[in-house]
Amino acid sequence: MDPIINLIIFVCLGVAILALSVWAVSSKSLLRSATFLLLVLICTAGFYLFLNYHFLAAVQISVYAGGVLILFIFAIFLTSNKNDVLEKHEARKYIMGGLAALAGIAVTAFALLKHQFMYGNNPTIEGDYEMNMKLIGETLMGTDKYQYLLPFEVLSLLLLACIIGGILIARKR
Amino acid sequence: MFFIGIYGFIVRKNMIAILISLELVLNAVEINFAVFNRYLYPEQLEGMFFSLFGIAITAAETAVALAIIINAYRCIGNVNVRNLNKMKD
Repeated sequence: MDPIINLIIFVCLGVAILALSVWAVSSKSLLRSATFLLLVLICTAGFYLFLNYHFLAAVQISVYAGGVLILFIFAIFLTSNKNDVLEKHEARKYIMGGLAALAGIAVTAFALLKHQFMYGNNPTIEGDYEMNMKLIGETLMGTDKYQYLLPFEVLSLLLLACIIGGILIARKR
Repeated sequence: MFFIGIYGFIVRKNMIAILISLELVLNAVEINFAVFNRYLYPEQLEGMFFSLFGIAITAAETAVALAIIINAYRCIGNVNVRNLNKMKD
């Protein structure tokens, strides 16, 4: 692809993610906030596609945008009252939060600009490394070095524990 | 994005809003994994798999957290953080 088009896509996605996430944390209504979160997650999937991680983009869309967002919307509907006003913190809390965020951004930007990346100035390194599904499957199911059978199984156990825990917590007594 | 999430985590009072901020933070971390994997070591796959596991763990965590929130709502009637210490009674 043309580098200019690449740059345009990248800038559009980045600006969209930043603006939407600001809206997601600052909008008044919770449902609107969840919608902005959905848009952020879709933009993230676009980012993964942009990086040629097709599998990751598919997982992002299906798990986050499909599953987690539905859970969020259900929870918002189940827990919202009609006469519920969003309480506010005092202004000091806002200032503290903003200061913490700005300090973190400053530290990260300093580290990023200071550090010289290995391939940072070498644009020829980016190529089209297309992931194929066979490689992903073998990496998830193998037991060699750099293969991930054990985390996979641990994760499945975690999901089982979450299912049981969720049912146990949320059931009616 | 990470720090926007942290800002939201500190500022918001509703538990669901806090959870949304948490999602933003985790999402930012996963983007970081994927991007650094792509631009520094494009022939290896570690970052991608860590992102994958991160997504799965986030989904699990969200499910449990929302179950807890719904249960707390059933107990005390709203979902603001300050009211949570009523559960001690």
